[in-house]
Amino acid sequence: MASTQSTVVGSGNPVLKWVLRVIVVGYLFFLVAWPSSLIVSRAFEGGIEGFKEALSDPDVIHALQLSLTVAVCAVVINLVFGVGMSMLLVRYEFPGKRVLSALIDLPLAVSPIVVGLALVLVYNGRYGWFGPTLESHGLQVVFAQPGMIMATTFVALPLVIREVVPVLEDMGDEQEQAANSLGATGWQTFWRVTLPGIKWAVVYGVVLSLARSLGEFGAVKVVAGNVSGETTTAPVLVQQKYQNFEQQTAYAVSFVLVAAAVLCLVVVALLRPKDQKKGRATATAAIQEKP
Amino acid sequence: MSTATASVAGGRPARVRRSASRHNLTRGSALGLGVAMLWFSVLVLIPLAAVVWNAGEDGLGPFKDALTNQQTFNALKLTVLSSLGVTALNIVVGTIIAWVLVRDRFPGKSLIDLVIDIPFAMPTIVAGLVLLSLYGAESPLGLEWNNTRKAVFLALAFVTVPFVVRTVQPVLEEMETDVEDAAASLGASRATTFRRVTLPTLIPAIFAGATLSFARAISEYGSLVLLSGNLPNRTEVASVRVYSAIEGGNPQTAAAVATILLFIALLAIVVFDLIQRRLARRG
Repeated sequence: MASTQSTVVGSGNPVLKWVLRVIVVGYLFFLVAWPSSLIVSRAFEGGIEGFKEALSDPDVIHALQLSLTVAVCAVVINLVFGVGMSMLLVRYEFPGKRVLSALIDLPLAVSPIVVGLALVLVYNGRYGWFGPTLESHGLQVVFAQPGMIMATTFVALPLVIREVVPVLEDMGDEQEQAANSLGATGWQTFWRVTLPGIKWAVVYGVVLSLARSLGEFGAVKVVAGNVSGETTTAPVLVQQKYQNFEQQTAYAVSFVLVAAAVLCLVVVALLRPKDQKKGRATATAAIQEKP
Repeated sequence: MSTATASVAGGRPARVRRSASRHNLTRGSALGLGVAMLWFSVLVLIPLAAVVWNAGEDGLGPFKDALTNQQTFNALKLTVLSSLGVTALNIVVGTIIAWVLVRDRFPGKSLIDLVIDIPFAMPTIVAGLVLLSLYGAESPLGLEWNNTRKAVFLALAFVTVPFVVRTVQPVLEEMETDVEDAAASLGASRATTFRRVTLPTLIPAIFAGATLSFARAISEYGSLVLLSGNLPNRTEVASVRVYSAIEGGNPQTAAAVATILLFIALLAIVVFDLIQRRLARRG
């Protein structure tokens, strides 16, 4: 049972070892691997042609474009906010910092539906706290793209910060101080010293946020409402198509979404070990570090 | 990194700076902090406050109504019980998976590492769809679990796979085997070594993962939409109740159920922490 380097408990009980292996492989095969692999066969049930045809549906093209737009906007916002917030949390002292640091993780503990509800309660045009005022100035948030971008941003908010904060802490601020004492301005120090140091952490954060943002379903669905077609993102379209018995289309869109997400994971897994020796080469490790 | 994993509820380890004043913000960074706080408030804090405010505005009435409504009560009950069940399952299976990943070696192990991340990467609606294709109406296994409570359990188990594994794994990796070897050389049986030496070290990480997986399970929505059928009083979970209240134009009811969910999540964090402390003390 002990590790292979262990001399005394060394090889371990072979029966127990096999029992554990079977449990692990069986559990993951039936719960994750087999169902997930079915998506490939179902998406290509009608061959490559059927897959292409499903994806050429104008609804599908629109939904995929919308999902990409919303995800990219959310990622850019979270990138700027996340890097800035990480700098503030690590490099500066101010009252309430600990509380803020804890609150940043809040979005991970809130149900996507509750995220949607929260935004609707504040920004809808009829009874929201700010909604009517914003709409009288011509900005519709709920049931429109701004709200969908906000919902997606909310859900993925902590991801960049979780990646960048530990790296900033490890890095220390000696080099930045040296740059400052040699007469560099704040911006120069940031662009030439700090940013190169946290470059990879930022990249991981962005890739993870993109994966999360592309697949967001509940929060976006609440905020987007039932405005026909216009506000249907790809995950919402999957549900609609499936329920309209257009299963081939549902599976094809799902396949595209999963392929994008898996690509993001693979990118993270490939990039990470080169840079962070002690870091774990898995995407979820980043999410887990601090609940 | 594993120490960060082990300390669950604590704040981020902050670099302590010696500074006479309570802050060391320059003018530029103070402005940055102002802008960041404004955005964070507008996006996260004010909307979440609005949920609690809307629910509690007229006193405890909406909460009472929510809890006395049979359908809502059943949904909450199903959500909490299934989440507890799934969390218990994850505590056992997640620890075993982490153990096998760290201490065992066999070909194809890295594939397992990849498979564990799939539930995280997969959009939730797709997670529901893929489970439906194996356990649904045209199941190749002949199991028609769609629209049953088994489906709810299955979906929650699927989306929470990575949590315990990924919190326990780094702790196991960093753990020295010397102590276990010493215990064994002093004549402790394998079971005793595991129970008295290995397990106590892992307990904080296991419970950190368990807390995450419970929080995720009670708030799950996307993977259940297609799979569970959302049958009132049978397979409908709390998030679905919140959604139908929003759709039905009852934001206050939605806010009340949402607040109850937030409260349960908070309660779970506290309770799991207490259990973990008690177990750790007993050793």
